Parts: sequence; C-alpha cells; structure tokens
Amino acid sequence: MANKYKEILIKPIIAENPITLQILGICSALAVTSNLTVTLIMCVALTSVVSLSNLFISIIRNHIPSSVRIIVQMTIIASLVIVVDELLKAYDYETSKKLSVFVGLIITNCIVMGRAEAFAMKEKPFPSFIDGLGNGLGYSFILIVVAVIRELFGAGTLMGVEIFPLVSNGGWYPANNLLLLPPSSFIIIGLLIWVIRVFNKEQVEEKDFSLSKHDVSPNYEKREINV
Amino acid sequence: MFEHYLNIFLTTVFIENIALSVFLGMCTFIAISKKIDAAFGLGIAVIVVCLITVPLNNFIYNNVLREGALAWAGLPEANLQFVGLISYIGVIAAAVQILEMFLDKFVPALYNALGVFLPLITVNCAILGASLFMVEKDLKFGESVVYGLGAGVGWAMAIVILAGIREKLKYADIPEGLQGLGITFIIVGLMSFGFMSFGGISL
Repeated sequence: MANKYKEILIKPIIAENPITLQILGICSALAVTSNLTVTLIMCVALTSVVSLSNLFISIIRNHIPSSVRIIVQMTIIASLVIVVDELLKAYDYETSKKLSVFVGLIITNCIVMGRAEAFAMKEKPFPSFIDGLGNGLGYSFILIVVAVIRELFGAGTLMGVEIFPLVSNGGWYPANNLLLLPPSSFIIIGLLIWVIRVFNKEQVEEKDFSLSKHDVSPNYEKREINV
Repeated sequence: MFEHYLNIFLTTVFIENIALSVFLGMCTFIAISKKIDAAFGLGIAVIVVCLITVPLNNFIYNNVLREGALAWAGLPEANLQFVGLISYIGVIAAAVQILEMFLDKFVPALYNALGVFLPLITVNCAILGASLFMVEKDLKFGESVVYGLGAGVGWAMAIVILAGIREKLKYADIPEGLQGLGITFIIVGLMSFGFMSFGGISL
C-alpha cells in the first residue's frame, strides 16, 4: 500500500513530469523564474493549490453531476487561489507584487485542472492528495532548476546571496544578462527536455517524416491528447 | 483620442504581446500549433472571446467590485476586490458558453470551423490574463475594448507564425531527444527574443 502511494508521488517528478512531458502549466514556469526566492514562493503556492484542490474535488466527486463538473472544479480551485493570493498579500506584499497576475493565473494553470479531471474525479481523497503533491513537486522541480540556472549565471546570486562575485563589484564573473531575459527560460526548458529524453528514451517523439521503418512508442497516443 | 487608442492597440499587439512577452496561453500555444489551419481557427476564437470578456470584466470591475464602486447601490464602503478572480473566471466561462450556443444557432459555419477550440478557451490563461492585466493597468471601458482586441490579435498572430515555422520544420533533421516539444520550446524562445526588439517603441 505504501509503495503505491510512493509511486503516485514519485512518478510525476521526472518520469511523467507535468511540464516536460504533459505540456501542462508552462505559462507561469516561464515568467516567474528569474529569481529563486520568487520561484520558491510560486512553487509552494501551486503545490498547495493543486494538492488541496485534488483533495476537495475527490471528496465530493460522487456528488458532482458530470454536466456541470468543470464549473464546480473551477469554483473550488478559484476559492483556493483567492485564499493563497490574500495570504500572500497579507504576509509578503513585495513578492506578491513581483508575481503580479501569476498567482491569479494558477486558476487556469492546466496542471490543476488537468489533475482534477484526470485523477481526482476517479480516485479516493488520499491518493488524490498525494497525486496533487507529486505533480506540484514535479512542477517545482523544473521551475527550481530553471531558476537556479537563470539566477546563478545571469546575476551571480542565489536567493539574493552572492555566489559568483561579479566583475562590476571587483570579482571575476561577468554576468550573462541574456539569461535574465524571460525568453531564455524557453531555451533552458527546451534543453532540459532534451536532457531528460536522453535518459528516458521512451519519451522521445516520433518524427513526422522518416526513411527508416519505425514502431509507435506506447506513450505516443497519450502525448497527442494533452491540450 | 484616436491616437491614444491606436497606441494601446499597437502596444498590446507588438510590444506586450500576450504570448511572446508575457507568456500566457502557452499550453494551448504549444499543443495546437502543429498545423496552420487549426492555429488560425483557435486564433480567431481567442480574438472573439478576448474582445467580449475583457470589456465585460472591466464593466463588472468598475461598477461592482472596485473600492467604492457600489456607491450607486448605497454601499460606498464596500470593497469586493477579493472575489475578483472568481467572478472573472465565471464571466469567462459563461461568455464562452453563451457564445457557443449563439454561434451554434445563428452562425453554424463559424461554429463548425471553431469546433472543439471554443470550450477549451475557458481554461486558456491568455483570456484570464488579459482580464487581470486590464485590472492592473486600470483601463477605462473604451480602452479595455481596444486592449481586449489587441491581446487577442497579438496571441493569434503569434500562434499562426509558430504554426508556419513548425510546418516547415517537419522536414528538418532534429536530434532525437529534441524532436517535437524540445525544439518547439527553443523556437518560441527565439521568436520571443525577436519580439523583444519591439520594446521601447512608442507612438
């Protein structure tokens, strides 16, 4: 039993990562990763929303008529996001300004909706909670890697603490400002996907055109329907 | 006056492009950009929905939610901003549903062309994002109409460009692990660098 929970928790972190495989929740992954502190707060916010929304939706899953389920899910998610947003405004106003609309956009973050629809509507509350936690951690994993690369090499700091002394402060490291620009996070995630797929061969997508004979990998169907 | 509106429109389309500068609606942006036809249909749907929901949310924000907005109802001290998120998403979901029924009944050709994209738009963060930015920028009603149009047009333009590049890319020889999703991310990154060159332009 414990093993089953462990699998639900671990799987989404690399093997079925929501960002690099399921193409879910990319928007915020790009815009909030220039600074590790902000990224960590965003990760905590998303992980708590996705695990709690999975829990609550799973508790009432047998009472939701399927025709209005999207609206019910939306209402639960939106209420949780409002709570997170108000908490953040109350205790860390500066960060909440930096995150600007992205906390609100957790509502439409496809990870939350996707997990509610794909997992919480079918499973018992506790596994759903674990699944939400796992997906939140998978999301956080990618975000933290991207944020560490961007902040460390872009500004020479981590969480505002200087790691590489910058040339402008008399050190030796010339900052790569390109990495602080938002578009660079796309390129970092693209390369990250490449690295993950070198080790997880079954995630590699089929070519559209190919001369040699090929077989369809088992994950192929699954990837096509993710919207 | 006209110049002011034109300025808002061009700024939203090019300088603050909702897909390539603020990165909203990325999930659909990457998932549905394999073919130009589909991308175009989705783009049109986003333009229409943005054009309807942003002004509608602006109206609700200015007349109901904002601090002191309920003065006309005799409640000058009410501040309902904390229910903002839930009412914007409610408005968007309802508007999409009504639009769907309206098109089904009166313009079946367009309804069939948009197909499955229309309901999907409810959870597209570009739409909610446009409404949230509208609140953050504190736009007036007229400005919000232009802003909604600009946000939709900018997003549609970006997805059509990406689909065009990806159609050509089918024939390219890409390293194994980078195929599909990986290379798409890198292309979007390069496109987004391209759009950064619009920064700083103002009329």
